Amino acid sequence: MALHELTALELRDRIAAGTLSSVEATRAVLDRIERLDPTVGAYLAVFADRALESAQAVDRRIAAGEKVGPLAGVPLAVKDVLCTSFGATTCGSKILENFHAPYDATVIRRLQAADAVIVGKTNMDEFAMGSSTENSGYRKTANPWDTSRVPGGSSGGSAAAVAARLCQAALGSDTGGSIRQPASFCGVVGLKPTYGRVSRYGLVAYGSSLDQVGPITQSVADAALLLQVIAGHDPCDSTSVSEELAPVEDYLTRLNEPLERLRIGVASDFNAGADPAVREAIDRAVEGYRQAGAQIVELAMPHLDYAIAAYYVIATAEASSNLARYDGVHYGYRTKDPSDYIEVYSKSREEAFGKEVKRRIMLGTYALSSGYYDAYYLKALKVRNLIRGDFVRAFERCDCMMMPVAPTTAFAFGEKADDPLKMYLSDIYTIAVNLAGIPGISVPCGFDEAGMPIGLQVIGPAFSEARLLRIARMHEARTDWHTKRPALAG
Amino acid sequence: MEQRIDAEQVRKVAKLARLALTEAEIEEFTGQLGAILGYVEKMNELDTTGVEPLAHCLPISNVLRADEVRPSLGTDMTLSNAPDSDGPFFKVPKILDEGAA
Repeated sequence: MALHELTALELRDRIAAGTLSSVEATRAVLDRIERLDPTVGAYLAVFADRALESAQAVDRRIAAGEKVGPLAGVPLAVKDVLCTSFGATTCGSKILENFHAPYDATVIRRLQAADAVIVGKTNMDEFAMGSSTENSGYRKTANPWDTSRVPGGSSGGSAAAVAARLCQAALGSDTGGSIRQPASFCGVVGLKPTYGRVSRYGLVAYGSSLDQVGPITQSVADAALLLQVIAGHDPCDSTSVSEELAPVEDYLTRLNEPLERLRIGVASDFNAGADPAVREAIDRAVEGYRQAGAQIVELAMPHLDYAIAAYYVIATAEASSNLARYDGVHYGYRTKDPSDYIEVYSKSREEAFGKEVKRRIMLGTYALSSGYYDAYYLKALKVRNLIRGDFVRAFERCDCMMMPVAPTTAFAFGEKADDPLKMYLSDIYTIAVNLAGIPGISVPCGFDEAGMPIGLQVIGPAFSEARLLRIARMHEARTDWHTKRPALAG
Repeated sequence: MEQRIDAEQVRKVAKLARLALTEAEIEEFTGQLGAILGYVEKMNELDTTGVEPLAHCLPISNVLRADEVRPSLGTDMTLSNAPDSDGPFFKVPKILDEGAA
């Protein structure tokens, strides 16, 4: 079996057993990046020398019989939204083109403490704002299944890298679907953990009450493995929850045990908005669970239709405040020859932010401005509470919900780029999960007639990741969608 | 249909957001923000009387910790990404006009 056909867990086990060296595994990934990434465009930076040094260090320690971490020697990629003390941290934005973070994000520290090998940083929509990675200030990322199509976004680089096997697994971030939707578009697994499960320290902020880091992987077991490493309280992020409130569970040990008497909630009316091929794939996946003994519970989720409206007020309001820090003074781009100090701010921001970022800052500033705050921002927070209530009531009647990840499969470049509202509406199935702060996972469940992957979204109550992963694994264990690779990946 | 936002308002918001938008952008955003706000007003279909605003979903508030001195970045590191600096300071153009001080 070629190295790129192995999951992170399989590779990890071979390296730990000494039958494969991390240097071999890392070289294989670096070779593939050199060969395939000119076509895919997943990476913004590749750290070949540094990665090989980390790999050598792991190999030496294993040879010496030392104890190594749970990701020892495994080549991983991380989205460029995460601060690293090595290389630049651009967030896909020209305003941070030469920004070198003075510290590592907590999740980066945790990956390194687990002895992972970080091979590079992946492309993304600027400041994680977008659903296609077309808003990157640097490059286009292609969908490995059809390079005329987008990989989804905003973690499009991470999803494309995993799909094309340009790394064994990756980290992304999800504010309104940015892990799950690109995972679905690229035929891989993507998990958005519960808000507070994973530290946001060193995650460049977009919508602080919604942002969460999570894994994008080839298998559910790999998602469990990565979550195990990155989950947990961090004193540097006061919104990461304590062990007392929600202990980190063991995500791997019981992963293969199916859940008995599983109750699956489905909101048929809500799902009706998806394309027929997507609906068929979701129905077939749910039917598979039913045949395996699950009970299907029909749910009314009356407020989900309002999720996009509430999200694009709340997320942009938070963004307008978060992005005020890019002022041309402390770090990042500064305009040449400003005539006064106001222009240091306003021209630096005008010249270096892309259009979608400006649009969202404008929308958020408007929603927070005097006279409009109550009508937009406060109203959106109330609607958010109603949406959360829908889920609270739903989970009294079922253990998880299943729905599409996106209404369509991956679309062509440029198809929605000129119409922001059209792009926003494609987030219909992912956004409510962020507003409610609950976890959701995308697992491959089929292909449309053009051969593009479709994802099944499984959603659970807060801090139910261990069960959610087991439920997703039940689907994976009975199907072979996750074993398909794009032709380009070989 | 009533116009939700006009070019003058867009200019005002751009000033608040410290974005020196071009005239072409102001025109473009006036149309696009109008369309997005039109969609967002869908929220008004919902009666939210008596509904509490939900700012975040965690059952935690006011996380406190001991006020202990810990190492921080230090001047060199803090200034290492500055577009312009002067000794231990960030450097920016003059803020006050001559004589205004």
